[in-house]
Amino acid sequence: MKEQRHIRLIINGETRSGQVEPRKLLVDFLREDLGLTGTHVGCEHGICGACTILVNGEAARSCLMLAVQADGAELRTVEGLAGKDGLHPLQNAFREHHGLQCGFCTPGMLMTAYDLLQANPTPTEEEIRAGLSAVLCRCTGYHGIVQAVQAAAERIQATK
Amino acid sequence: MSELTPKLIGARVQRREDQRLLTGQGTYVDDHHPSGLLHAAFLRSSYAHARIAHLDVAPARALTGVVAVLTGTDLASLVKPVRAGSKTRDYKETSIPPLAVDKVRYVGEAVAVVVAESRYLAEDALEQISVDYDPLLVVADAEEARRSDTTLVHDEAGSNVLLSRQFAQGEVDTAIETAAVRVRERFRFHRHAAVCMENRGCVAEYQTGTGFLTLRSATQCPGLLRDVLADLLDLPEHCVRVVANDVGGGFGAKSSLYQEELTLCAVTRLLGRPVKWISDRREDHMTSTQAWDEVVEAELALRADGTIVGLRAEVTSDIGAYSIYPWTATVEPVQVISFLPGAYRVPHYRGRTQGVATCKAPTGPYRGVGRPITSFVMEGLMDRAARRLGKDPVELRLQNYIRPEDFPYKTPSGIVWDEASLIECMEKVRAALDYEETRRWQRQVQAEGRWIGIGFATYIELTGIGSAIPVSPGMPISTGTEAAFLRVDPSGTITATFSVAPQGQGHETALAQVVADALGVTFDAVRVVCGDTAVAPHGTGTYASRSAVLAGGAAILAGQALRDKALRIAGHLMETNPADLALQGGYVVVRDKPGRSMPFREVAKAAYGGLRRLPKDMEPGLEVTRFYDPYYGTASSATHVAVVEVDRETCAVKVLRYIVVEDCGRVINPLIVEGQVRGGVAQGIGAALYEEVVYDENGQLLTGSLMDYLVPTAAELLPIEVHHVETPSPSTVGGFRGMGEGGTIGAPAALANAVSDALSPLGIEINELPITPNRLFRLIREASKGKEKI
Repeated sequence: MKEQRHIRLIINGETRSGQVEPRKLLVDFLREDLGLTGTHVGCEHGICGACTILVNGEAARSCLMLAVQADGAELRTVEGLAGKDGLHPLQNAFREHHGLQCGFCTPGMLMTAYDLLQANPTPTEEEIRAGLSAVLCRCTGYHGIVQAVQAAAERIQATK
Repeated sequence: MSELTPKLIGARVQRREDQRLLTGQGTYVDDHHPSGLLHAAFLRSSYAHARIAHLDVAPARALTGVVAVLTGTDLASLVKPVRAGSKTRDYKETSIPPLAVDKVRYVGEAVAVVVAESRYLAEDALEQISVDYDPLLVVADAEEARRSDTTLVHDEAGSNVLLSRQFAQGEVDTAIETAAVRVRERFRFHRHAAVCMENRGCVAEYQTGTGFLTLRSATQCPGLLRDVLADLLDLPEHCVRVVANDVGGGFGAKSSLYQEELTLCAVTRLLGRPVKWISDRREDHMTSTQAWDEVVEAELALRADGTIVGLRAEVTSDIGAYSIYPWTATVEPVQVISFLPGAYRVPHYRGRTQGVATCKAPTGPYRGVGRPITSFVMEGLMDRAARRLGKDPVELRLQNYIRPEDFPYKTPSGIVWDEASLIECMEKVRAALDYEETRRWQRQVQAEGRWIGIGFATYIELTGIGSAIPVSPGMPISTGTEAAFLRVDPSGTITATFSVAPQGQGHETALAQVVADALGVTFDAVRVVCGDTAVAPHGTGTYASRSAVLAGGAAILAGQALRDKALRIAGHLMETNPADLALQGGYVVVRDKPGRSMPFREVAKAAYGGLRRLPKDMEPGLEVTRFYDPYYGTASSATHVAVVEVDRETCAVKVLRYIVVEDCGRVINPLIVEGQVRGGVAQGIGAALYEEVVYDENGQLLTGSLMDYLVPTAAELLPIEVHHVETPSPSTVGGFRGMGEGGTIGAPAALANAVSDALSPLGIEINELPITPNRLFRLIREASKGKEKI
């Protein structure tokens, strides 16, 4: 039996724990051990961004982190983006602006956009494009995604 | 057939798929975890061409957690060899082993498979397998491979040329040699890859108690896979189920049978436990089918007034190590010569093509299949001709388009264009760009030293292909039909099941719109199910811009048949002649008598029996299956224009503006159509400016990661303007034309032409894609040297 470590973290507001091999990737822990399959694995070398989640409030690649590194951290995944009163404005805007087709990059794209709007609540189109360049989408040409993030930013500002 | 009254067809309906995909509740293949699951990992060749001298898997088998290790020899006794047949003359059929036997033919080819309790353990075990390779000479270049009669990729073929084909019409040599203007060019389109964001993968599960095999795969073609797997595994077809739930992109690269799918089916059958394999990105770069690797020598001849008289071309297509199933090595090389004359009247034509095997990953369909190359070549020749003639490129195109009165127009390769709005698309693009004003601005900024160019590209493509033409030449399987199975429940809700299988095209939304209109119910009353052969009527899948035409057509036929029966039942219930009834928005209404109506759910309930609820002679039930075969298919067309700037310092190309005017017939959902166009253009821009699969002379892949194969990000792309011309197809049920690929067909040509236009002061004409800064720097340096000498 390989060495196992006990880890404990908060995911989408819930405390979860598990026994993991030290070499296990955080994304594999989320998907396989916790059943949170909304976070996707696209490249395992930190380029495509599909596995992006929030770690202690900031966007991070869960394919470039080990599960043991997240011990004690607070995580947020796409499953935790919608609130009790419905979808997050970003999720609604993605649907309205056709910001997704196959949906594979979408969880990483949403979490990256969330992080972007936290840091810059009123981004220009150019800033959105630069901010989202951390996530690859092969379906949309980013057209609907950029529009959606712009629209969500406006909606969030308007409700403040 | 009664008339269709579109209400939802044409509406910008938001996608039904999105709710689950936006909340992390999609079900991609890797999200499936049956109990008792085992994990597979493949040992892959590090050589491009070598004999397997020695293969020892015993140390891997001995590891804790490893359940099985199998080699090519083991697999050969479990499955029949894959042979992709074609009736095409001068095609040499070859075998594809599930795992390499005796020799490997490209870097990444699978040599052995490890099955273990976890993927981590399976990958650990790969390191314990020892292989001795005796390297063979490598042919990594198609033109070199064609000349070689000693270094053969497939000994059984006796040559590396696996395919030769020609289309000819008229007296092309005479026409060209006596013409006033001739333009000749050698075009090189380098190898590209689809790069789906979801890597390939599958889960195979064999139940020993029932003898039933289920393969869940990231595939575009569940129906096609089911048929071939049953054959290769010698299982009854009704004991094989292939499922593709959510699939993370396909673009053609997930439309073929892959060795891993076949291997996993054999392994689960052997072990009686479910087995999963999910490719990592590096494997995907090495083994998913690649495309568009062509050299085209082409010459176009025109009269002094600009009328085209002839076109001839020699195509060399690098098809890689294997002729893949079912499309074969013919799919791309033949498509290039089939469609080369494009949207123009070309009286004299000859296209010759050869498909040449090399020690590189196999090629297969990728969005556009051959036609990104035909547009690059033909549209490039048109612009060169315009420059020689001193004519405007728009005027030269308008002068030579197939005219409205020419339709139906039979091309030199025998394709029939039913109808297309070529002139209208060009006029609309010209207006959207404000062409004359943009040219004025271009001249002004050119005078200031900026390199700005405008490039047009027009294409016409055959979509929704029916049974008269195989999707790939000479292919023995039928790709000409699809079906819709509609079932109405007693509550009046409808389940519409199709064998097409989307990877982002929004079938669940678009086909629900079509069914709802054909039947006369609301959008919410219809649920669409795709991608599961256990429930779908027979069909193949989603590829070749066919789903809207074939599945949409079947949906209309089935919906109308259901409506007719529903109205007969309603006529009985309402004691009215069914001819006076209509079904609209979920209610049966009496024409000319507003106020008298019956909810559809009452008709549905009655359909399943009850006291004298049905006419005495009527069969109970309310469900129907209809097949649809568009026979030839239908033409889709578009004109693209790109405005670009070449940076004088970095030689980088920046796209300043991009406009598409397309005609895909009757539009089902503009939101989805525009998404498809923009996504296609984005891949075309990637193909033209950034992306290239690079192998070295030893057949080693140099672009095996996303750091090397450059997929465009949001920062490289721009808002893409899309306008429609809507000419319902005269030859398809519903008037739909296919449109999934067009964006990628037009963009490389438009960008190449725009860059050539920008650099026309230097006399540079782009003949090689992608136009990387390196290539451009060399061209500019060469051209500038020439200038200094003058």
